[in-house]
Amino acid sequence: MIAALRKELLLQWRSRAQFLAVFVFGASSLLLFSFGIGPNAEVLRQFSAGFLWLGLLLSSTLTLAESFHDEMENRALEGLLLLPSDPRALYYGKAIANWLQLTLLGSALIPVMVVLYDAGTDRIVALLGIVALGAAGLSAPGTLYAAMTAQVRGKQTLLPLLLFPLIVPALLASVKATSLVILGDPMDSLRAWVVLLASFDAIYWALCGLLYGRVIED
Amino acid sequence: MIWEVPCYAPACMTGLAINAEKLGRRYGRRWALADVTFRVPAGTVLMVSGPNGSGKSTLFRVLATAIRPDLGKVTVLGFDLIREREDVRKAVALLSHHSYLYETLTARENLVVVSQHLGVGTDGVGPLLARVGLGERGDDAVSTFSAGMRKRLSFARVLLQTPRLALLDEPYAQLDPEGFDLVDDVIRELKADGTTVLVATHQLERTSRLADNALRLEGGRLL
Repeated sequence: MIAALRKELLLQWRSRAQFLAVFVFGASSLLLFSFGIGPNAEVLRQFSAGFLWLGLLLSSTLTLAESFHDEMENRALEGLLLLPSDPRALYYGKAIANWLQLTLLGSALIPVMVVLYDAGTDRIVALLGIVALGAAGLSAPGTLYAAMTAQVRGKQTLLPLLLFPLIVPALLASVKATSLVILGDPMDSLRAWVVLLASFDAIYWALCGLLYGRVIED
Repeated sequence: MIWEVPCYAPACMTGLAINAEKLGRRYGRRWALADVTFRVPAGTVLMVSGPNGSGKSTLFRVLATAIRPDLGKVTVLGFDLIREREDVRKAVALLSHHSYLYETLTARENLVVVSQHLGVGTDGVGPLLARVGLGERGDDAVSTFSAGMRKRLSFARVLLQTPRLALLDEPYAQLDPEGFDLVDDVIRELKADGTTVLVATHQLERTSRLADNALRLEGGRLL
């Protein structure tokens, strides 16, 4: 798996300009969402967590689909499978790399959210932790579905159609947990949402790793 | 009828490299391979010829386990193609129409990635690049390479695997005359090491000088 992860990180580094473009896309989404709410600072702050995760979700479909571009260009993924490489190692290498990229993207979008939605918090470590957990919930099934749709026409449309319904529980938990960190947690329910999110992550990462081999083999 | 390659070289005494019985593979309704039965002794060079679309590449992709056969039973180096796929993959290398290369990585990085996935050291990468004539372009991205240079790098990828069965699909395509000689030398070296080599080619005269025997496909069937 280390070899697969190294390769993924190297590929991501070579296409780092793409990351900047995706960040601009995510920041633009947050800006457009804020126009929909209007100048009411209290309402903006109330919806900030939801819009942060919507921005990250929309951006993730771009990065996840792109993560298979290099693999499919010269059928490089098939070449690795024939070496042979363990499909699970290939999956976890790519899923971890996607997770790191989405965590970085989510972390970069936090200051944009703070500025646009006046949603500052002093619990920044907790917020980053939730972004990391939520990104794990996006990247595990996202990597699997990106592999499934990588060779079909209209993959940019098909990937969100397949992915969005599956990640609703993780997305809901991420939004609630983020919201509690930003707006305060009078009922002390943050821990429950974080445990729920971590549980979905564990299920996604275990199941998707098992299914990946069947998805990418003939 | 079983099509069997006769061979009297010592390496042939070690057994069969390929034993295919009534092999079939279809794409949709069209059978790309139908009722293909043949045996290849280990350590021999077999030339596979046939017109475009005759099933040569499909045959190689089936033997390399890139795609599954729809019919028939095949053993490669004694391993069942379906049940013992991982063992087959450890012993077989495929030079495909697809280069299996990452465009954004350099030639050296592509071979290092392969080495790391194979779990072998990366010391051999430099000499191998020089061996295929890419010693001075090793640190250039593959996206800047010509078709012939990509073919040379794909060849290096195959050699890195040190296979017991090498499947070379159109190895001369896109290469210059020096590249042709490189392919000939590599095939001779592989054979000398006891590797079984299958060469799908339209360079019949050239390859027949290296091959122990030949097999011809037309319309997915053996002639």
